[in-house]
Amino acid sequence: MSFLSGIAASSGIAIAKAYRLVEPDLSFSKTNVDDADKEIGRFQTVLSRAKQELEEIRDRAKSELGADKAAIFEAHLLVLSDPELVSPIEDQIKTEKVNAEFALNNTADMFITMFEQMDNEYMKERAADIRDVTKRVLSHLLGVQIVNLSMISEETIIVAEDLTPSDTAQLNRKYVKAFTTNIGGRTSHSAIMARSMEIPAVVGTKTATAEIKNGDVIIVDGLKGEVHINPSQEVIEQYLQEQKRYEQQKAEWAKLVNERTVSADGLHVELAANIGTPKDLEGVINNGGEAVGLYRTEFLYMGRNELPSEEEQFESYKAVLEGMNGKPVVVRTLDIGGDKELPYLDLPKEMNPFLGFRAIRLCLEEQGIFRTQLRALLRASSFGNLKIMFPMIATLDEFRAAKSLLEEEKQKLMGEGIAVSDKIELGIMVEIPSTAILADQFAKEVDFFSIGTNDLIQYTMAADRMNQRVSYLYQPYSPSILRLVKMVIDAAHKEGKWAGMCGEMAGDETAIPLLLGLGLDEFSMSATSILKARSQILRLSKKEMEDLAEKALQMSTTSQVVELVKAATEKDLLTV
Amino acid sequence: MVEKQFKVIEETGIHARPATVIVQKAGKFNSDIQIEYKGKKVNLKSIMGVMSLGISFGSDIKIIAEGSDEQEALQGIEETLTKEGLAE
Repeated sequence: MSFLSGIAASSGIAIAKAYRLVEPDLSFSKTNVDDADKEIGRFQTVLSRAKQELEEIRDRAKSELGADKAAIFEAHLLVLSDPELVSPIEDQIKTEKVNAEFALNNTADMFITMFEQMDNEYMKERAADIRDVTKRVLSHLLGVQIVNLSMISEETIIVAEDLTPSDTAQLNRKYVKAFTTNIGGRTSHSAIMARSMEIPAVVGTKTATAEIKNGDVIIVDGLKGEVHINPSQEVIEQYLQEQKRYEQQKAEWAKLVNERTVSADGLHVELAANIGTPKDLEGVINNGGEAVGLYRTEFLYMGRNELPSEEEQFESYKAVLEGMNGKPVVVRTLDIGGDKELPYLDLPKEMNPFLGFRAIRLCLEEQGIFRTQLRALLRASSFGNLKIMFPMIATLDEFRAAKSLLEEEKQKLMGEGIAVSDKIELGIMVEIPSTAILADQFAKEVDFFSIGTNDLIQYTMAADRMNQRVSYLYQPYSPSILRLVKMVIDAAHKEGKWAGMCGEMAGDETAIPLLLGLGLDEFSMSATSILKARSQILRLSKKEMEDLAEKALQMSTTSQVVELVKAATEKDLLTV
Repeated sequence: MVEKQFKVIEETGIHARPATVIVQKAGKFNSDIQIEYKGKKVNLKSIMGVMSLGISFGSDIKIIAEGSDEQEALQGIEETLTKEGLAE
């Protein structure tokens, strides 16, 4: 047995067989065949096997993910039956006496190039389909297994370099028990997904894919950040106990589901959840979320070939608003760019995507996309308590421009006789230092702030959060960050507005005492962190935390802040 | 050989799902079936061929069938085009 350590990205313990999600080696060389007919026969056998496999995938996708997710496989099947693809391959094998691998690749390449050169985004995307299909047939020719996430049918732990949004979209939530990845941190996509799926994850193990083989029994300990490979029976027993203890702890916390979040000295703060899709609502309700503090709408736009329609967006927003039954729902408008790409928008590659054309910058330029989303939101507003938040605001002019587009769409809708709520609060994400520094001016015009700490920290420290070599600079407890957070909260309160936080920091047990002391009104976090945070806040005194925060602001290093919080809350944390 | 002219009434034109549907239908017949659009002819049994045409809304297309079951083929494809609201 061996052991890996990484970053605990989502809590819990899972024990299951490993399923490696790695790109297979599909390299081959061009060879000559003596018997062309035999080679064609081999090609045809493989082709029908690939078709059969695709039919199975399609049927399973249809029953488990829905007909729209299955449609892509229907198209793949047609490509495999396409005479314009199949006959040139067979012709080439016959006339040039080459191996099927070479002929397949050659013909497929021709089509891929043709589709890629078309002046239409949709057609360009089709090149990816052909590539996908070619890979499948090639893997059968070479006798190499290719991975297929949607085909997983037993309890599994996914082992990967990293997980992309399209990987996670295909995951079958019933069978995937945990993730472990080579790269990433607490804020990477795979970590966020694991928390929203409420399964344990350990990321940043560096060598998980090198050390773990398909079918190895592994333990993912998302509490300590450890992965055990083929553990002894003794270790498994130990972890089964640990799992039980964790379940008991969770059961304790579960008693707080319907409690209000009130500090020991009687101050109420709001504990909200971050969600990505309407499917996540169940977790919010089960974990006693008092609101949705961040609805990341970009998932509506990802893992597909075209923009979501106004109707489709409306249905999603409405579902979330109705699901929360009158409780606040803060929807963040499209935040694309940076580490989140939309291939069909065909945006040029940038040297510094995190500092580039993303989020509100893109929306103010591509107004058609933005207006469609605003209309869908406005139409949904009469179904619940909607608050709209713009991401990546750096200047007041940007906020005003976004607000006026919203106003225009609102007037148009009302002119069409469509009901729009007149109580929609309008706020901004504070994630750029310029905005935190100028928060007093912003506070006069916005209804609320939500501090996005993942980005605020990376921009304040000038440290790319995707770059592991500078990950030591991700320091949420740095006095510099705490001072910025204080500026934002104070500015909001001075104008009678509220300030929330929707970054990872809001659910962090070391940060919570400080944030409570700084006067934060709303803490938005992964749904699974809510009950733990509530049990912590119930035991903290706001008054004492104010003193603690005051001291922390005067510290000179992050480690001093951590020491200070530890010393002050030690006995509390031990009982958690 | 039989042929017939149609006008595309599907707003997004004929790619993606609509193309899938007619290619699937064409595959059920023995005859050679072609689709002509802007002077270009492609095999209607080829999904990549049909998609490569990029047929747009409001344009004219011609379906040409030739073979043992050409009548049934043309009729079958016409049925699909109208039933799916693709062309008339």
